[in-house]
Amino acid sequence: MTTDQQSAAADPAPSAADRGARVAAGLRAARDYRVRAEHIRDYGIIVVFIAMFVFLSLKSPVFLTRDNLLNLLYSNSEVGIAACAVTLVVVGGNFDLSLGGIFVLSGLLAAWVAVHWNIWLAFPAALVAGLVMGLINGVLVTKLRVNAFLATLASSLVFFGVDKAVSGGLLITPGSEGAGDQHEANIFTFIGQNRIGGQNGVQYKVIIFVVIAILLQIVLARTVFGRHIYGIGGNREAARLSGIKVDRIVIATFVIAGLASGLAGLLEASTQGSGSPGDPTSQALALAAIAAVALGGTSIFGGSGAIWRTVIGVLMLGLITNGFNLLGVEDFYQDIVRGGLIVVAVAIGSLVERRT
Amino acid sequence: MSDAQTPPIRLVGVGKRYASTKALDDVSLEIGAGTVHALVGANGAGKSTLGKIIGGLIRPDEGVFEVDGRPAKYATPADARKDGIALIAQELALVPHLTVMENVFLGVEPRRKGFVARRRMQQAFAHLVAQWGFKLDRDALVGGLRTADQQKVEILRAVACDARVIVMDEPTSSLTHVETQTLHEMIRALRASRATIVYVSHFLDEVLELADTVSVLRSGRLVRTAPAADETEASLVAGMFGAAAEAEHFEKPEHATGRTVLEVKGLRREGVLDDVSFSIREGEIVGLAGLVGSGRTELARAIAGADPIDAGTIRVDGEERRIRTPADAIEAGIAFVPESRKKDGLFMELSLASNTTFVDVKTFASRLGLLRLASERARTRTLLESLSVHPPQPSAQVSSLSGGNQQKVLFARWLFKQPRVLILDEPTRGVDVAARAAIHRLINDLAARGAAILMISSELEEVLGLAHRVLVIRRGAIVREFAADPPLGDVMEAAFGLTGATA
Repeated sequence: MTTDQQSAAADPAPSAADRGARVAAGLRAARDYRVRAEHIRDYGIIVVFIAMFVFLSLKSPVFLTRDNLLNLLYSNSEVGIAACAVTLVVVGGNFDLSLGGIFVLSGLLAAWVAVHWNIWLAFPAALVAGLVMGLINGVLVTKLRVNAFLATLASSLVFFGVDKAVSGGLLITPGSEGAGDQHEANIFTFIGQNRIGGQNGVQYKVIIFVVIAILLQIVLARTVFGRHIYGIGGNREAARLSGIKVDRIVIATFVIAGLASGLAGLLEASTQGSGSPGDPTSQALALAAIAAVALGGTSIFGGSGAIWRTVIGVLMLGLITNGFNLLGVEDFYQDIVRGGLIVVAVAIGSLVERRT
Repeated sequence: MSDAQTPPIRLVGVGKRYASTKALDDVSLEIGAGTVHALVGANGAGKSTLGKIIGGLIRPDEGVFEVDGRPAKYATPADARKDGIALIAQELALVPHLTVMENVFLGVEPRRKGFVARRRMQQAFAHLVAQWGFKLDRDALVGGLRTADQQKVEILRAVACDARVIVMDEPTSSLTHVETQTLHEMIRALRASRATIVYVSHFLDEVLELADTVSVLRSGRLVRTAPAADETEASLVAGMFGAAAEAEHFEKPEHATGRTVLEVKGLRREGVLDDVSFSIREGEIVGLAGLVGSGRTELARAIAGADPIDAGTIRVDGEERRIRTPADAIEAGIAFVPESRKKDGLFMELSLASNTTFVDVKTFASRLGLLRLASERARTRTLLESLSVHPPQPSAQVSSLSGGNQQKVLFARWLFKQPRVLILDEPTRGVDVAARAAIHRLINDLAARGAAILMISSELEEVLGLAHRVLVIRRGAIVREFAADPPLGDVMEAAFGLTGATA
């Protein structure tokens, strides 16, 4: 309150002359503005994204339709949710390779709970499972001081192992035995397969993805917690000396990543109608999420980055698949293009870093 | 390559631009063979940039840089090395996991059929060491060496590849007095063997003692190049800061007689601190003098909760505080500005605003937990302007500022709330004279407003100039206490343990 008054008092109402001077200064600044290497690093990704978007709009009549764009979001919502959450971990100077394991085990446990206990417990079960797995990662990295890369690589193995043990290598499909179970199956698949407001509405999954992205963007950019994450990723010792309880914040980022991956796993299981015994797609989820983070321009060493960058990264990776399908290009070139794009994006980032 | 051929370095109209600022502008210079040529200037004057250009680390944007009368365009420092030019940077560039010998010959290993010829390397190393009179354990890992010894390794590295021109950027900033003397002897020996030394330094007394020629830089431009014999510290300072500037002076604060704010009793840490007790009153500045490694930084860190302690109590305003973490210390009203702003202080990629408000960022959170960024920017700007940080742009990255301004930002972090106790470890290291004076004024102001201040500095003059009382620490124990303005010699003797001083 007092600060607002002070700043208002210190800043008297601008006179016309003041305003004129300010406009002149603005014009001068605009004229002096040059595109520099840092701008390419910071905003190049947006330009490339828009270019891809325009290119596909021109090349394919189907691309710029509501259905296709919703579909783009729909099919990338699980990776997107995990990627947005793992951005917090990465900005905090850590790494999480276990997202795939959390993802698949949470989905499976949801299905298992639905079959063996109660269909309604399936949803909280997946989230709790994700949370607990994230907590395990966080404790390994902070309290036991295991390198995050190795800790989550190892925990990922364990999560996939538990998944195989519980599933016995088979799909677990709620509502697959006997009559009347169709009701249960419908409940289980509701959130993954349905749209809000009927046939032509927006998929629930898309809404969840968008809400989570916005929420995490706000958390990272506009809260004390977010600021502390940047501080820890940028200079851990300085953050500690500034009174930050570093371990707590780091654990929280892992828990959020675990929770989000659990949610993504739940959505995937709901979409498929069953919990899976682990497949290559789920294994690739962690890498896809990290790739999206890096592609968006978030520093893999921590301390800088943003959720909106990750969203762009996710959508670009999605655009490649979508574009290849629409243009009828052979599937197997996709990964080459994706890999190449990531290398180029990261290389530009570090080249610019070295020059400045 | 015979010594007689060694030709000078020549720069004509050299300029270098970083983003929007001109680091160097139209600098012309000749450096003669077998001389020690010093580059002096305030922070941001361009002396390091010039050193890096001569050392082949960066290339000038404009002008001509000639070595042996030929224009030199080095793509990498390795190319420069091939031409006999070596750069010893401020941050040493050694491989910590390799031994002394392996580092010395890194990249120029004697080879036989593609394999390293170890025997020949050992002989060459023995030869080098004998030639230069260094005492260095050949097989010690470089990571475990003291900074001074690492510097010796760097110098051996330079001479191992027959460097005729060696650029040293602030080589003594982390050395003790004795180590500095040793380094100077080495430099004289190098000069005697016709090597050319380019010596970039803040320390004017060293420059005058050592150099043959001095070039003074100001705001990227060359003020003059003159024989060192014609210069004095005063004339160099005048050159660095223009006509208006004068040699730095310390204001003498009045005696503080307030009540005790900080009371430390029986502080111990195995092998580091030995039963340290002292107190600081309201508005009092206490200087902590001691050699590097005497425990002065460790004492500061212990009080600030940065390192654990084995025993002892800390009271703030009469209340005993259990300080286990920096968070506890901050809670108790203790602020700590650490020795290394880059390593322990600043968040280089973050904005000035984020850096400034980091400790007290909670005060900008609304009821919903969202930060009011506009209000944060406004408060930051006001604070930075009051500290004359240039530019006071809250959204700028802190890495874009000069060292002195960075240090002010680090100070600003603790000024959102008036701290009860302020612990300063080398508050003016690597800071130019103007920023230094500003920081000294700030310390005085904070004391006048009632803070209890503990200040550490390697420069004894600074400690003596500011402090109301001086404690001398040696081997982790406080060995002597002086009232205001003690004779410098007495403090030095106590720090070195020369007198029969006891606690």
